Amino acid sequence: MSQLPVVFKRELASYFATPLAYVFIVMFLVLSGVFTFYLGGFYERGQADLAPFFDFHVWLYLLLMPAIAMRLWAEERKSGTLELLMTLPITRFEAVTGKFMAAWVFAGLALLLTFPMVITVNYLGDPDNGAIVTAYLGSWLLAGAYLAIGSCMSALAKNQVIAFILALSLSFLFIVSGLPMVLDMFSSWAPQWLVDVVASLSFLTRFSSISNGVIDLRDVLFFVTLIAAWLAATAVVIDLKKAD
Amino acid sequence: MIELKHLTKRFAQHTVVNDLSFRVAPGEVLGFLGPNGAGKSTTMKMLSGFLAPTSGTASVFGADICSQTLKVQRQIGYLPEGAPCYGDMTVRGFLDFIAEVRGFRGAQKLQAVDRVLAQLELEPVQRQTIDTLSKGFKRRVGLGQAILHDPQVLILDEPTDGLDPNQKHQVRQLIKGLAQDKIVIISTHILEEVSAVCTRAVVIAQGRLVADGTPFELESRSRYHQAVSLVSDEALDQAALAALPGVAGIEQNEREHSLTLLAKPGEVIFPQVNELVRARGWAIKELDVERGRLDEVFRSLTRGEVA
Repeated sequence: MSQLPVVFKRELASYFATPLAYVFIVMFLVLSGVFTFYLGGFYERGQADLAPFFDFHVWLYLLLMPAIAMRLWAEERKSGTLELLMTLPITRFEAVTGKFMAAWVFAGLALLLTFPMVITVNYLGDPDNGAIVTAYLGSWLLAGAYLAIGSCMSALAKNQVIAFILALSLSFLFIVSGLPMVLDMFSSWAPQWLVDVVASLSFLTRFSSISNGVIDLRDVLFFVTLIAAWLAATAVVIDLKKAD
Repeated sequence: MIELKHLTKRFAQHTVVNDLSFRVAPGEVLGFLGPNGAGKSTTMKMLSGFLAPTSGTASVFGADICSQTLKVQRQIGYLPEGAPCYGDMTVRGFLDFIAEVRGFRGAQKLQAVDRVLAQLELEPVQRQTIDTLSKGFKRRVGLGQAILHDPQVLILDEPTDGLDPNQKHQVRQLIKGLAQDKIVIISTHILEEVSAVCTRAVVIAQGRLVADGTPFELESRSRYHQAVSLVSDEALDQAALAALPGVAGIEQNEREHSLTLLAKPGEVIFPQVNELVRARGWAIKELDVERGRLDEVFRSLTRGEVA
């Protein structure tokens, strides 16, 4: 456990070593602003909450989180540093978790920089700030789930672009699994429990209550489990594909 | 002490390392030789804990590479092939990272990093990012990361590959300096390197061990071992030379009036040749006794022929 912060620190610093990090943060802030004010109709709704801001995170992250995660392992494999990292006295757990945490904290930083949104809504009205904090935490959890999927896909591919596309496709499945058109496809032949399982995997359904400020322990558990499972898968994939 | 016990690695159907067994004791600099694809790198990757063997195992000072991987990795310094480093980090930043992973903190870390920077003459570039450095510097950064924790075992995969002659010399001096009481394993296909730094050479071909001995022993397996080369201004009496006791054969060299007399295995022919030269009064410009040609031994060994 002792080397986890070392791996974390190096990885986080490497995000800021290139201008990419700043470009990403600007992109994130601009897009979340556009979504909130134009698509979400923040002013037109006339309500003092951040629902239009959080509602779009599921879609916004679909594009942006794979971009953060794609370099995690693909880059190491390509430059050969994977061999260096894996022959240092670090456990697989420390390496996988440390790198993931770095990506997650980076996403968290980007998320924190949306604070003017909170100031705005507090200036205009009298929102439930507890619900906003809850929604922020939920959004960060959601980002973690996307990143864990991205981490595994990055371990699978040597090429960052392929890692990005794989992560995006897989994450997309986790969104649409809650949409009626997908569920209808299952309900005609599959037993009800399977339909329920598919529906319960959806980020949309899981996140909708959180984004409204309602924390259900089951939803939190869902995201935490999902993150842990994908990180475990990352470790397995790295072990399997080391020799390539 | 490193001990390989029937170490084997298979990829799909292809056996890369086949039942490799040998021991290396402290103080030895082991040259690990073989043609490309012979399994040198794969063996080193197994020793460093990067790849798991298909069967067999190895131990480093009693710690098994499969079941006690972390313990092994703490004891060894490893330079992977091509010396990969995090290119976006500065030299000092990178070495700081390695030091922290190796458990150094605070003043200890500073001391360890400073020592390595001085030892490898990296101080002038310590604030530069690794991507901006020349190949020689990058290689030294890679070496620096391997020796930072003053390991008992150093495993270096082609440490001088792609360096210029001065840099090669420098790296070899460094390895010699480090080797006093440690185990050093170097893979290479540069044979002069073996004579220059190694106390022992292990040759593998197609994953199998084909020779194990000191560089001198390997050289003596050459058919040029104890051969005598002559260069003269005038034509030499080949029949008289060939008739000398112990001479196995004569080879014409490309230079005019230049001959190489091969010795029968285990025999020394220089005194006889010298005697004949004096008796005939030949004007000899050059007279050499060869130790043996490593490249020739290497070729015959790795092609499966017996030297």
